[in-house]
Amino acid sequence: MTPLSGYLLVSALLFCIGLAGALTRRNAIMVLLGIELMLNAANLNFIAFWRFSENPETMTGLTFALFSIAIAAAEAAVGLALIITIYRHFRTANVDKVEDMKG
Amino acid sequence: MAELFAKLDALPVTLKHLLMGLLPGATPEWLVSVVSAVLTITPILAVFPLMFALTTVIERKGLGRIQNRIGPNRVGIPLTDIRLWGFGQFIADGIKSLIKEDVVPRAADKVVHFLAPIALLIPVLLTYSVLPFGKNMVPLDLPQTGLLFFFAVGASTELSVFMAGWSSRNKYSLLGAMRAIAQMVSYEIPLILSSLTVVMMAGTLSLTSIVEHQAGTHFGFLHNWHLFTPWGFVGFCLFLTAAAAEANRTPFDLPEAESEIIAGYFTEYSGFKFAIFFLAEYLGLFAMCGLGITLFLGGWLPPVNIAPFTWVPSWCWFLGKLSALIVLFIWLRGTLPRLRTDQLMGFAWKFLLPMTLINLVVAALWHMSGGAVHIGIRWVVGFAMLAIPYWLLGRGFEASVGKRVYRFAN
Amino acid sequence: MTLPFAIIAGLTVGSAIAAMSLRNMVHCALSLVLTFAGLAGLYLQLNAEFVGFTQILVYVGAVSILIVFAILLTRSTEPKDEPATVTPWVGISVAVAAFLTMALAVLASPIGKRLAAPASEVSVKTLGQKLMTDYVLPLEVMALLLTAAMLGAVIIAMKDKEGSR
Repeated sequence: MTPLSGYLLVSALLFCIGLAGALTRRNAIMVLLGIELMLNAANLNFIAFWRFSENPETMTGLTFALFSIAIAAAEAAVGLALIITIYRHFRTANVDKVEDMKG
Repeated sequence: MAELFAKLDALPVTLKHLLMGLLPGATPEWLVSVVSAVLTITPILAVFPLMFALTTVIERKGLGRIQNRIGPNRVGIPLTDIRLWGFGQFIADGIKSLIKEDVVPRAADKVVHFLAPIALLIPVLLTYSVLPFGKNMVPLDLPQTGLLFFFAVGASTELSVFMAGWSSRNKYSLLGAMRAIAQMVSYEIPLILSSLTVVMMAGTLSLTSIVEHQAGTHFGFLHNWHLFTPWGFVGFCLFLTAAAAEANRTPFDLPEAESEIIAGYFTEYSGFKFAIFFLAEYLGLFAMCGLGITLFLGGWLPPVNIAPFTWVPSWCWFLGKLSALIVLFIWLRGTLPRLRTDQLMGFAWKFLLPMTLINLVVAALWHMSGGAVHIGIRWVVGFAMLAIPYWLLGRGFEASVGKRVYRFAN
Repeated sequence: MTLPFAIIAGLTVGSAIAAMSLRNMVHCALSLVLTFAGLAGLYLQLNAEFVGFTQILVYVGAVSILIVFAILLTRSTEPKDEPATVTPWVGISVAVAAFLTMALAVLASPIGKRLAAPASEVSVKTLGQKLMTDYVLPLEVMALLLTAAMLGAVIIAMKDKEGSR
């Protein structure tokens, strides 16, 4: 059996890969993908802690993960719609070029 | 007599156990499970592609009859005069697609272009793993999540369609892929919602339990299929419509409309890869039909609980129902014209979706009034609740489509 | 550490790295789908069948389609030789530092060595009953949120069509 730390390490690794992507990529869609990856890493933690908890029959981790998946879907829909609007307005999806608000 | 037929019913299972018994006693456990899996998978991989091959011939012959021509009737056994009414055609077709040159466009994204047909065929084959083909004959029994597995795996074919369309670097491929994805995403909602009524009534996601839930009888002989209720009948019609769209069948075949966008997302595929797309499409249709049979048509149960019908093996009933649905789809293909994209989307969102939601309410009412209200009243109320919205929505839909104006024909 | 876990975890992490580092954005999206599928595999390893298949249905079936549509709709008109990243070393070192912190915390804590209790059958029925009783308020809020998100996404994305600019 894999101990809890195995899942936690995979989750931490995924979170940090997502973080690196969100911090370094220029394209807004890629930033959003990084955030999605981070959310998924958090989901893995919810499920792992649920499975290894003392009383899994309360199903707290499972319900949390389900809600989190639903939120991530909503976030992706709205986020991508915003990016498409930004692209229509500025003709670019590059987050560095969108700087109209700079004084 | 009945015992003999029970033996015949269990023949595939007995055969598997017999073959498993041939393994030497010292076989390691992992090898036993691998052999068991192979013995389960092989019949599926043999029966359904063979059914696909026969369907291609029957479809061409049937469409030929509908269009007042003959269809393939020449190819039989090679080097002889035996023609078999053209049923050797699929062998010739298979050999042709095997030895044809495999052309990959120079601009194509080679890796994705290569992976797309594989990524399409694997999920389609995986959907078969939860279908109960007969009594005690379900390859992978998921007691908690069977139906969810089917839809989850089925949904991942959309991405393969995108991969095929995008990697070809061809505008017709991309257009076809976009059409196909928009259509599949839209029609997935009525598909899942119409199956949800069955889940509500059976109280389980396991496909085996859903079949067993239909085993009771009306009036002592007619099996309790979900089709024989108002919500089940409407649900089955909605399911079949959505399944036709999901499998890109006429009248919803605009992603591959030959006259408009050549062949859609697999325009740039040739040879054996094209054959895989063709195979995956038909296998997807069969899987959808199989799910419809399991959910609404009583799975492997005979229609009536009377002796000669119960003697027929359960897997024969499943395959028989499947063949009947395939013939229905061929008939529809020969009869109905193709829709336009806006009509297609409007039909999914303005007609199918409201109808499935109303059907959910009707199913809930049917369930709540069980036992308390006379069955005749339940039937009348249920049908009225479905027929009136059907009529109103249909009227509204026709009004928005408007009468067809012929600009150039006159 | 079991073999299936090692294979799935390696696949997931590898495809996640590919998803964040490839140049072609469609390739990134496809690798990310592999990551999502790998995560679903990890959920199955953890006996969370329902969440695992929901993950496939939502992410592989829906979110990935949204992403590839968005990528195609915003196909960049910028020159190809422009780098895909900004100040990569700063971002990567921040991420590595974050990972080291978390990994040390995980390895130091006694909870990490805990082994799973024998698998109990998770009934979807109980999960549904929980959602409809204990968690009914979050569930309703979620329904509201999804409706609002759907309407919001449609309105945001079609605003320019009116020709208001």
